[in-house]
Amino acid sequence: MTDILNALILFANFVLVPATAYGAQLALGALGVTLVFGILRFSNFAHGDTMAFGTMVTILVTWWFQSMGVSIHPLPTALLALPFGILATVGMLLATDRLVYRFYRKVKAAPIVFVMSSVGVMFVMNGIVRFIIGPDDQRFADGERFIIKARDFKAATGMAEGLTIKVSQALTLGIAVIVVIALFWFLQRTRTGKSMRAFSDNEDLALLSGISPERVVMITWIIAAALATIAGTLYGLDKSFKPFTYFQLLLPIFAAAIVGGIGNPLGAIAGGFVVAFSEVTITYAYKKFLRYLLPENLEPDSLVQLLSTDYKFAVSFVILVMVLLIRPTGIFKGKVL
Amino acid sequence: MSFLSGENMTGGYGAADILHDCTIAVEKGEIAVIVGPNGAGKSTAMKAVFGMLSIHTGRVVLDGTDISGLSPQDRVKAGMGFVPQTNNVFTSLTVQENLEMGAYIRTDDFSETMERVFELFPILKEKRNQQAGELSGGQRQQVAVGRALMTQPKVLMLDEPTAGVSPIVMDELFDNIIEVAKTGIAILMVEQNARQALNIADKGYVLVQGRNRFTDTGEALLANPEVRKSFLGG
Repeated sequence: MTDILNALILFANFVLVPATAYGAQLALGALGVTLVFGILRFSNFAHGDTMAFGTMVTILVTWWFQSMGVSIHPLPTALLALPFGILATVGMLLATDRLVYRFYRKVKAAPIVFVMSSVGVMFVMNGIVRFIIGPDDQRFADGERFIIKARDFKAATGMAEGLTIKVSQALTLGIAVIVVIALFWFLQRTRTGKSMRAFSDNEDLALLSGISPERVVMITWIIAAALATIAGTLYGLDKSFKPFTYFQLLLPIFAAAIVGGIGNPLGAIAGGFVVAFSEVTITYAYKKFLRYLLPENLEPDSLVQLLSTDYKFAVSFVILVMVLLIRPTGIFKGKVL
Repeated sequence: MSFLSGENMTGGYGAADILHDCTIAVEKGEIAVIVGPNGAGKSTAMKAVFGMLSIHTGRVVLDGTDISGLSPQDRVKAGMGFVPQTNNVFTSLTVQENLEMGAYIRTDDFSETMERVFELFPILKEKRNQQAGELSGGQRQQVAVGRALMTQPKVLMLDEPTAGVSPIVMDELFDNIIEVAKTGIAILMVEQNARQALNIADKGYVLVQGRNRFTDTGEALLANPEVRKSFLGG
């Protein structure tokens, strides 16, 4: 019995808790991608680097606060800096829209032209971030680190295995829930939110109804900026901030958006968790877990790891390909790319 | 002088003209129907009245004002409602949200208008919280007409409202349209089902190759042997 409990604690500690936090981060990222796709009708490749940009500004403001001794202990100072990061990113995205995308909208360019120009935007943003904060790892988490420490957990329960829950993980989940509720309330209940859904559903009829496309587009960028900055900051608090990692996040985020059904916000959330749990369960080494559950003579010698963590992006990629082959509309019937 | 008139309209989508000196007019509370063979430019004529394609000759006059220079959006604000033939509802929005979006340009309280739409189409009130995409073809058309009515237009234009619906539903829709006309709205519609449409029309326009061929009351057109032979199948 204790063996089974120990196995479960082990699993929760290394799979359940981290994958839930990671899933929430991906879900927030995928929501941004899916909204931009629904309204502006293109896959925004710059979203990962938008996250990096927002997080960078948040980090810089965090450092500034830290140098002044401003703190909201036990919570990380970054939460206080987050609104500034969001504001800067909103400015950045609106400027990008003005300088790049608006022109292509005016000439009614094909979606692929938008995608390619977003690749350009991605490189520029990537360059700006590296130029300002450098390509290296940055740590900016402060405040209390753990809600439950493994050692305390062991002492309290008398189990051999410990469970760790980090503040960043709990924060991620809590903030993600609040953000998602706020977003859905906005989309379902407000006049502006409904007009965005109408625009996404049927652009011509929306124009006929007097819905202003420029306003809808502007609000979409503002929301995308907020989502990207929040997702990026939470990811950075949970792990660490490195511009290249954020660029790489693009793949799991797109996989999440497409698995759920691109253009469908509910799908983006489901997709985020599907991708996160697949990635973590497939790259987890089950040796110790199985040792608790199996009789001694069946104990595995190898790590029982399906895929090395170095290949974790392969998981997203396989999910992406499978979904596009088998069910291109995704779980929640989004649009087909 | 008619309430809404497109006078001597000539124009098309590209270099080639589709409409040639085409005139269409409708009075308040009346139903005007544009009929004609396939490719006669029926929908094109209506789109020209609504400003969805440019006419280089002729003009469109609404209530005594020349609106030829206005965009379709501005014509909506000027009091024109348009129901496109296809994709005329927001499928992922509920019936009520569709109506709300129809009233998007209104800043005043539009609940009364919505009540009136529900009176006109009682089934929509029943299904107000259902997604418009889940409704039957006839109910969707009702949503589409209801959406256009939300701006309280003075003119309602319908592009083949009965396309793809069963004969029973068609009769129902025509009844609805007569009801709308009775409230004093001018109705201009393009119809494929010429005989039934002319039956309810105060005025009919038979177009052939972008030109006015016959213009008369619906009754007279139905009685006209030439029209019957050429366009109504005898």
